[in-house]
Amino acid sequence: MEEREKRYVPVIVRFEADGKLRPLEIEFDQAHRYPVDKILDVRRAACQSVGGVGDRYTCRIQGKESYLWFEKGRWFVAAKRQ
Amino acid sequence: MGRHILHVDQNCFYASVEMQRHPELRDKPLAVCGSQEERHGIVLAANYVAKPFGVKTGMAVWQAKQRCPHLVTLPPDMGEYIRFSQMAREIFEDYTDQIEPFGLDESWLDITGSVGMFGSPMTIAREISRRIKFELGITCSIGVSDNKITAKLGSDYKKPDAITRIERDNYRELVYPLPVEDLLYVGPATSKKLRGLGIGTIGRLAQAPTDTLTRKLGKMGMVLQTFALGLDPSPVRKSGHIPNIKSVGNSATTPRDMTCDSDVELMLLLLAESVASRMRELASRCTVVEVSVRDVELNSFCRQRKLETPTCSSDEIARTAYGLFRQNYRWVRPLRSIGVRGAGLVEATAGTQLSFYPEDARRDKWERIDGAVDHLRQRYGYRSIQRARLLADPLLGAINPKDDHTVHPVGYFGG
Repeated sequence: MEEREKRYVPVIVRFEADGKLRPLEIEFDQAHRYPVDKILDVRRAACQSVGGVGDRYTCRIQGKESYLWFEKGRWFVAAKRQ
Repeated sequence: MGRHILHVDQNCFYASVEMQRHPELRDKPLAVCGSQEERHGIVLAANYVAKPFGVKTGMAVWQAKQRCPHLVTLPPDMGEYIRFSQMAREIFEDYTDQIEPFGLDESWLDITGSVGMFGSPMTIAREISRRIKFELGITCSIGVSDNKITAKLGSDYKKPDAITRIERDNYRELVYPLPVEDLLYVGPATSKKLRGLGIGTIGRLAQAPTDTLTRKLGKMGMVLQTFALGLDPSPVRKSGHIPNIKSVGNSATTPRDMTCDSDVELMLLLLAESVASRMRELASRCTVVEVSVRDVELNSFCRQRKLETPTCSSDEIARTAYGLFRQNYRWVRPLRSIGVRGAGLVEATAGTQLSFYPEDARRDKWERIDGAVDHLRQRYGYRSIQRARLLADPLLGAINPKDDHTVHPVGYFGG
């Protein structure tokens, strides 16, 4: 398995009137900003690969599914180690 | 119709939470330990890699490192453990509202009314186990039975990540050979008495003559036999139910050993302040003051005295406790920890018998001073006002017993 690390990322989020959060764009770094096309699923889950527990958003980004976690007020992804 | 009770025990809870968030430590021997600087340096939880080395909960850190030199130790993060405990509770709440927590990592669930909706008790247990693994990333072991005591035996029967069903059909086969010490409330003292009677297993306890047990152990004898027979009738207390508090206590392991009366007097003042303040928060007064000490070799004793009139004055509690201590300790060895407890709580607003003598006026004054101190501390923090006496020893006096203490052990009988 490729090595991954817990990377906290800035996320642009829309607060819906009913209190739901909808992540709109992930700013991975200066050069890489990824708009979230669709949220496919939200559920509480543990992140086995890099550790952490929170609300797991399954996002479709550029045709690919990836997970975005919301844990204790911060967003993180399991990023490939560079 | 019998009940359906689950006991969910999250294996090596603190260590498991740490392993979840530190994937790099998952295959290393790991222990969560109290801070060594303040001498609470004991193992609070160890993972399954550390346990075969002989690392046990309650062991001093240096002992644990002796047995397992490459042991990784981490300080406890109570906030995170409480968060996990709360998330586990949210899972349980999907199946029942009758949840009785026993510490942070254990809970009883009464699912008698849920089987129609969610399937058999085993199905529910499997689902809970799966969800804890998926949502929290840690494992649990679950006991399935028709009463709380047997359900707990079930969750202890096989660990980690297991489900054990113990009901009438397999009760004798599984439970009778277990050592009596596996039963809740059979501690070292009771175990010694039982073993003195030739009772070494739960089966022997179940079959022992009741009058012999009552003679040796008092009414606890009968209770324990009921436990051993798997007939514990106690209900799973509903979530949110707060039992009446019967006593308030505080204890501390001091940053250095106490070696003289004045050390003890200072600590008693400090602890009594916190006990009295907590009693005032509960709007109650105590009628009994209890003092307990433990020396450097971990011998301990505890003495109590009934008061003439109920009180929530820190000064009176401290003086009573100090009097008890002076009467009962001769400084054979230095002391490691000390505790004060106010028991026999009565409501502060309830009528009290007044006395003709002037000490009542004095008590009232002291209670009002204490009240004022509470207010000041609430607004400006614990250290905004202090007894000058505490400054005499900066090391001991710096403890804040009221806010620094963490989780209280809970009693099974709701005491």
